[in-house]
Amino acid sequence: MIELSGIRKAFNQGQHNEYWALNGIDLAIEANKVTALRGPSGSGKTTLLTLVGCLARPTEGRVRLKREDISGLPERFLTEIRRRTFGFIFQQFNLIKGLTALENIILPAYPTGQPRRELLERAETLLANLKLGHRRDAKVEWLSGGEQQRVAICRALINDPEAVIADEPTANLDTHLAKEFMAILEALAGEGRTILLTSHDPLVVESAVVDRVVDMRDGVIVDCG
Amino acid sequence: MKQWIEKQRYLIDFTLASLARRKTRNLGLLGVYILLVFVLASVALYTHALRIEAGKVLAASPEVILQRLVAGRHDLIPPGYIDRVGRIRGVQKKEGRLWGYYYDAVVKANYTFMVPNAGGVEKGEIVVGPALERSRGLAAGNGISFRSYSGKLHTFIVADVLPQASELVSADLVLMHEEDFRAFFDYPSGHFTDIALTVANPLEVRNVALKLSAALPDSRPILRDEVLRTYASIFDWREGIVLALLSAAILAFGILAWEKASGLSADEKREIGILKAIGWETGDIIKMKFWEGLLISLTAFLVGFVAAYLHVFYYAATLFEPVLKGWSVLYPRFQLTPHIDGLQVATLFFFTVFPYAAAVLVPIWKAAITDPDAVMRG
Ligand SMILES: Nc1ncnc2c1ncn2[C@@H]1O[C@H](COP(=O)(O)OP(=O)(O)OP(=O)(O)O)[C@@H](O)[C@H]1O
Ligand SMILES: [Mg+2]
Repeated sequence: MIELSGIRKAFNQGQHNEYWALNGIDLAIEANKVTALRGPSGSGKTTLLTLVGCLARPTEGRVRLKREDISGLPERFLTEIRRRTFGFIFQQFNLIKGLTALENIILPAYPTGQPRRELLERAETLLANLKLGHRRDAKVEWLSGGEQQRVAICRALINDPEAVIADEPTANLDTHLAKEFMAILEALAGEGRTILLTSHDPLVVESAVVDRVVDMRDGVIVDCG
Repeated sequence: MKQWIEKQRYLIDFTLASLARRKTRNLGLLGVYILLVFVLASVALYTHALRIEAGKVLAASPEVILQRLVAGRHDLIPPGYIDRVGRIRGVQKKEGRLWGYYYDAVVKANYTFMVPNAGGVEKGEIVVGPALERSRGLAAGNGISFRSYSGKLHTFIVADVLPQASELVSADLVLMHEEDFRAFFDYPSGHFTDIALTVANPLEVRNVALKLSAALPDSRPILRDEVLRTYASIFDWREGIVLALLSAAILAFGILAWEKASGLSADEKREIGILKAIGWETGDIIKMKFWEGLLISLTAFLVGFVAAYLHVFYYAATLFEPVLKGWSVLYPRFQLTPHIDGLQVATLFFFTVFPYAAAVLVPIWKAAITDPDAVMRG
């Protein structure tokens, strides 16, 4: 589904603190599979996720989505691709404080201008699937870590994306909650979504749900699974 | 189209929610903003209304007033003096006027007693201005007594109350019959207070004045245009002072707005990053902030302007009294006739709403065009 070729990414290019976080990545991520990126801290996993998810552009190299080169597209188109194709689950959840769970979930759909009633219906279904229906009107800052993550997952799914991108999804969860997350992941994979995640957590990378583990170090891939 | 409307509704909803979330800060800003609009609008409304009033006062007054001077001071016009004015080209009408001031110790106010040249007030009756109607609780048909300067009590029946059209013109006016006037003030018969000359052609006013000075060396002609100019310069000067005082406030507001705008809080930056990451376009975020700026500045403008309107026209600009006292060269105290000038409102709107909206948008633009990948790093 996504092909990366010759990807390099520099931060602060041309300045004294120039740093190459990715140094020549070639990788094909298959559709309908769960792919995990593994590697020590600073190896460039998150940076790679931002490139795949169209949150940032590579300094060199090409990103192809369904055979179409998207690395050179202007920002507007990238945003639209991002909204339609990817759902994000961030490590810090990144919910907007002061809004309720339901309001947070429907935020990614605002730019589409769909009728509010439809959005709310969809959000309620998602919440119910994750057994969080009773918390839908709670302000997100009052939710527990596990509940916040489930809200974040619902938000990632509101636009019904083909791919879900998750950065260290279990880093803020205890073992019990991590297992629950893996169950959710399995369900998502079962729906035929492409999943790309990063993790140090053996519970994740050694799980049967993960189809492929890619090992990274110092901005290059050392083992592509 | 329906989608577009729905989308704007979402943006406004979100804007309102985020305004509510930062209540204290936004309320503080709104308060200062309202205050600024209020003060600016008060000054603008007040000066404008005064100019209009002054214009009305003078429109009703004759082009030239001739006073007689004795030892450099205003004195009565003796009998026969009017005839000595003789025939001057351009003067359509000349008539002696009778008027004087009366201090009413009961309500501690000055009234202007006057005999209307057109007549129309019967002996023993008076017609009063709205200020008297208020302060002495008068209505048509009531009787009222004034103690004259000689100590005698004179009683009149109120025949009518003058309309509210322009308070400055008529507020403290008491119109009476000539004989009553002369009896009340012990005014020697045949004498007048001054002479009013009507000149149809404005270009001839100056000539007429010169001829008058030549024919009657002990007289002083007062030209309406000159009075008008004096008033105008007094108003401009006062307005200038007030605006100079205000400039400090305007500057402070500018700094505040700029600070708020350029100093996007870490929270707001984070939110913008999140919104972009989950699929909001740069344009959506800018539109949202635009709605925010518009809502705040429109609210401030409306509230501030309405408050200023009430302040100036219903509370007689009470808060300004210390600074604006000098404006009462016209009358010690009066109620202005409500008047709004479209261009003035537009100017005020432009100078208060526009800069704020712009100040809010500029930094948002900067924040909104940065890559959203920072949200991945907490
Ligand atoms: N905005 C930035 N400016 C400069 N350097 C950056 C920036 N973002 C990331 N880096 C650097 O790029 C390198 C790769 O970072 P990245 O976040 O991709 O690592 P990671 O594999 O996700 O690490 P972790 O497991 O700790 O999350 C790191 O050395 C980091 O310091
Ligand atoms: Mg990382």
